[in-house]
Amino acid sequence: MTADLSQHLAGLDALELSGKERRGVAARVWSRAWPMIAAIFLVFAIWEVVVLSGWRPEYVLPGPITVLGELGHRLGDGDFYQAVAVTMRRAIFGFAVAVLVGLVVGAAVSRVRPLRAAFGSLITGLQTMPSIAWFPLAILLFKLSESAILFVVVLGAAPSIANGLIAGVDYTPPILLRAGHILGLRRLALYRHVILPASLPSFLSGLKQGWAFAWRSLMAGELLVIIAHQTSIGEQLDNARELSDAPGLLATMIVILVIGIVVDMCFGAADNALRRRWGLDQPVG
Amino acid sequence: MTAPSRELRSSRVDGHEPAVRLDAVSKVYGRELLALDRVTLSVGKGEFACLLGASGCGKSTLLNLVAGLDRPTAGTIDTGGARIAMMFQEPALFPWLTVSSNIELALRVTGTARNTTKKERRARAAELLETVHLAGFGGKRPHELSGGMRQRVALARALAQRADVLLMDEPFGALDAMTRDLLHDELERIWRERGLTVLFVTHNVREAVRLGDRVVLLSSRPGTVIEDYAVTLPRPRRTDSGEVAGLASTITDRLRQEVLRHARPAQAVSAAGAVPAGADR
Repeated sequence: MTADLSQHLAGLDALELSGKERRGVAARVWSRAWPMIAAIFLVFAIWEVVVLSGWRPEYVLPGPITVLGELGHRLGDGDFYQAVAVTMRRAIFGFAVAVLVGLVVGAAVSRVRPLRAAFGSLITGLQTMPSIAWFPLAILLFKLSESAILFVVVLGAAPSIANGLIAGVDYTPPILLRAGHILGLRRLALYRHVILPASLPSFLSGLKQGWAFAWRSLMAGELLVIIAHQTSIGEQLDNARELSDAPGLLATMIVILVIGIVVDMCFGAADNALRRRWGLDQPVG
Repeated sequence: MTAPSRELRSSRVDGHEPAVRLDAVSKVYGRELLALDRVTLSVGKGEFACLLGASGCGKSTLLNLVAGLDRPTAGTIDTGGARIAMMFQEPALFPWLTVSSNIELALRVTGTARNTTKKERRARAAELLETVHLAGFGGKRPHELSGGMRQRVALARALAQRADVLLMDEPFGALDAMTRDLLHDELERIWRERGLTVLFVTHNVREAVRLGDRVVLLSSRPGTVIEDYAVTLPRPRRTDSGEVAGLASTITDRLRQEVLRHARPAQAVSAAGAVPAGADR
């Protein structure tokens, strides 16, 4: 009987597990890359048409070829990498502090009811506050220093990160909480083994949003708070405007855009990997 | 229906020490929704008891109370310190863990001398997976398995808790008939081998008769025990056998009577007074 049963089950299992093969890496990369490449070409084409139409003189609005040439020139220049390094150091440090603050605040607010009542809506409110509005205060508090920039970056990013965690905790599937309870997990153990992992997808999207805010705040900060002897991307942008260096300005803007997109894609890849591992990526229907 | 007769019916277990004993347990939700009304029920050690009822009979509430997920408003529940595991209609596996890790987590929380190190837990998890005929699937993620396989993992996880009492809340309700039949065999085998006490909630009458040593019928709104059928059909039974169908139709008739009571409140008294034909089997 038992052998019989195990064979029946094995047969049924084999039938129910359809062979879902994932496509190769190259095919996946290509399927995602070609629409992007096409979009970039389309944007450049429109840009070129606008330039050719003579709407603005070339020294104000240069065409994509000129700008890409300038960009290529910069990529061969040591100063450029120093500027990128300074900016990225600020971005990473600011974001890391924001993650720490967001985690602590999010964890506290999601678990402690009075804190939730007191600060829940405040955190959401902070999220909608334009970061540039913080700068006057930041400059008063920290003078024209890197601390002023970091202050605003953290304030810009932390609320999103905290909110991501809070939402994740709130939307932990009740059935998993019950399952954890039945297993004998209580309080901190339940938090560690069930609630925190369950809130990971939401936390990740909070991180992604937090990064977007951090990056925006950082650029605003670098335009406003210029620190001597520290070339940053924002400062290069400001310099280019002062010198009416239109190709340099546009090239710098492309750099800002590309960095933003690349980091966002990293978060996107992490999110996709998570969804695939958890089986949240099943097609509907 | 008077309380003493209910008491008489529910203490049918002969020569068994009770593993779970409910004494006049009531549960009120909010201000006045009476989900359970003085339920007295005793399930013997090693007994397979099926709780059957229409919607709103508080079957799931009852299990949650026994599991300690919720507290009764009145009455007492005595499980004698038994280890209790529970399965739900959903497998409720943690999607961020592999199949093996899901079981290992249960082992870790239960924490016996036999599974103190990660390696020992992994080996023990593999054994448990073999018990539910899923050897070699430990490295998979829950979503990679079919519904029936996931429920077997959930069963393995429950076994990992070394539970004496297994509470099952419509565990096979979402599965197709074929898979359900096989899992009935599987569950019956494991229940026998391990001497588990099972409290199995279902709204499927044949499933209850197929599996149970007894079928406890609950009324709806509020839930009370209205019948307690002993099922003495020889095992293994088949869901589609004549004997199972016969007793199932008797119970279904009684269940319909109970449902009818809610359609026509005036008939409540006569319906409750009916004598069940299958009660002495």
